[in-house]
Amino acid sequence: MDALQVTNLSVAYEEKVVLQNVNLTTPVGHLTGIIGPNGAGKSTLIKAILNQLPNKTGAVHILERPLNPKDHLVGYVPQRNAVDWDFPANALDVVLMGRYGHIGMIRKPSAKDKQIAMECLKNVGMEAFADRSIGQLSGGQQQRVFLARALAQEAEVYFMDEPFVGVDAATERTIIAILKDLKAKGKSVFVVHHDLQTAADYFDWMILLNQTITASGPTEQTFTEDNLQEAYGGKLFFMDQTKLNKTFN
Amino acid sequence: MLTGNLLWVLIGAILLGIAAGLNGTFAFLQKQSLVGDAAAHAALPGIAIAYLVTQQKDLPILMLGAAITSALAVYMIQWIVGNSKLKADAAIGFVLSVFFGIGIVLLTIVNQSGTGNQSGLNDFIFGKAATMAKSDLVWLSSSALLIILMCLLFFKEWKLMIFDPIFAKGIGLPVERLRILLTALTVLTIVTGIQAVGVILMAAMLIIPAAAARFWSNHLGVILVTSAFFGALSGALGTIISSVRTGLSTGPIIVLCAASLFVISYFFAPTRGFIAKSLKKKAFKQRNVVKEAANHE
Repeated sequence: MDALQVTNLSVAYEEKVVLQNVNLTTPVGHLTGIIGPNGAGKSTLIKAILNQLPNKTGAVHILERPLNPKDHLVGYVPQRNAVDWDFPANALDVVLMGRYGHIGMIRKPSAKDKQIAMECLKNVGMEAFADRSIGQLSGGQQQRVFLARALAQEAEVYFMDEPFVGVDAATERTIIAILKDLKAKGKSVFVVHHDLQTAADYFDWMILLNQTITASGPTEQTFTEDNLQEAYGGKLFFMDQTKLNKTFN
Repeated sequence: MLTGNLLWVLIGAILLGIAAGLNGTFAFLQKQSLVGDAAAHAALPGIAIAYLVTQQKDLPILMLGAAITSALAVYMIQWIVGNSKLKADAAIGFVLSVFFGIGIVLLTIVNQSGTGNQSGLNDFIFGKAATMAKSDLVWLSSSALLIILMCLLFFKEWKLMIFDPIFAKGIGLPVERLRILLTALTVLTIVTGIQAVGVILMAAMLIIPAAAARFWSNHLGVILVTSAFFGALSGALGTIISSVRTGLSTGPIIVLCAASLFVISYFFAPTRGFIAKSLKKKAFKQRNVVKEAANHE
C-alpha cells in the first residue's frame, strides 16, 4: 500500500514556478525526509499535498485515495512560526485542537477527548505544562505541543514542516524518538528537514527536492553525493567536508 | 428613576454590550478590529438610502440598508487587498472615508427634504439610546441575542480558525465559510448598535472591551466573559448617564466608560497589566543578581 502518491504536481505563486512536475510514490511505514536547499519548495510540497494551495495542478493520493479531511487519515505539524503564539490558549487547549476533526462542528470536546489530549502531552514530556499559556513556553516546548496536537489527531500519515528548527537538543531527541515510535506502529511520517548531517540517521526513506524531484527512495539508494550535488548544485560545497564524509561512510 | 422605557433601554444596552464584547473579541484576535470601524462608518449611507427610498424610519428597514452598505464596504476592503498592492490600512482608510463621505452627503439631502429634519437620522451619527422606541429595542435585543448565541455555538471553531487556519482547513473545517460568518456577524453587531451608539463610535464597542479584557487573562473563555462584562457595563453606564443628563449623546459616553475600564485594565490587571509585568521583571532581575552574586563566591 502506498502512503503517498503524487502525480504531475506543479505549483506556481503568481508567475513564479515553485514546483514543477513532481512525481513520487512512498509505501506505508516509512520515516521519510523531504530534503533540499532553501527555496526548493519543501514546505510548498507539503502544503500542496494537504490541498492548501489554490494554484496547483496534478493529483495527490493518500493511502491510495484522494485527500478527504473527513477520513481523519492525515496529521499535520506546521512550522512553529506559522502561528501567533501570543494567542490566548494553554498547551492542553492547543493539543485538544487535534481532536476537533473527530469531535465535529459545534459539539464540545468530551472527557475522552481531553484524556487523549493529556496522554499526547505526556508522550512529548509536557504533561506538567498542560495549564501553561502557550506564549510562556520555550521554542522547543511549543514544538512539542504542536507534535502532541498532531498525535491527538490519531492519523495514519503525518506531515511535519521543519519540526527541528530552533529547538533544544533534548526536544530534538524527544521528537525523533516519537517519530520512530510512529513508524514502529506502522504509521507513515514525512518530515521537511534541512540538516544533512542528521538526515541519514533519522530517515529510512528520502525525497530529494529542488523544484522537482531529484531522487526519491530508500535512504541508502537516494542519499548519495551525486544526488545531493544535483539537488543542491554548488551550495553543497559549503558544507563541512569532514562531517559530510562521515555521513557517507 | 427607572421608568418603563429606560428599563428597556438599559436591557437593550446591556445585551448589545455583551454581543459586541463577544464578537469584538474574535475580531480583535483576528486583527480585524479596524475593518469593523470601516463597516460601522459605512452603515451611514445605507441608513440614508433606506430612508430616501422608503420614506420610513422603522429600525428594521434602516438596519437592512445599513447592513448592505456595511457588507459592501467589507467586501471592497477585501477586494482591494486581494487585487492590488495596497495594504489593509490604506484600503480601510480609503473605504471608510469614502463611504462616510457619501453618508454625510446623503444625510444632508435627507435633512433638506420636506419631512427630513424630523426624521431623527442625525442621531445615528453619535447615537441616542434614551429616545429609542420600545419596538426598536425589541429588534435590537433579539439581534443581540442571536449574536451572543452564535458566538457561543462557534466558539471552538473560531478559536482554531483564528489561531491556525491552515491546520483548521486540514482537519476539514470550512474555514472560508467560518470567516465569512464571523464577518457577517460583525456587520450585524454594528448594525444592531448604530441607533443606540452611533456609526462613528460603534467600532469602539467592538474594540475597547476586547482589548481591555486581554489584559486580564490568557484564556480565551475568560477573556470572552470579561469582554462581555466590560461591554455590558459600558453600555449600561453610557445609557444611564446620557439619559439623565439631557443633551449628551450615548456613543461618546459609552466610549468614555469603556476607555476608563481599559485604563484600569492596562495598569492594574494581574495577568498582563503594566504594574504586574513591571513587578515580575523586577523580581526576575533581582533573582539573577542574587544568583550571580552566589556564583562569584
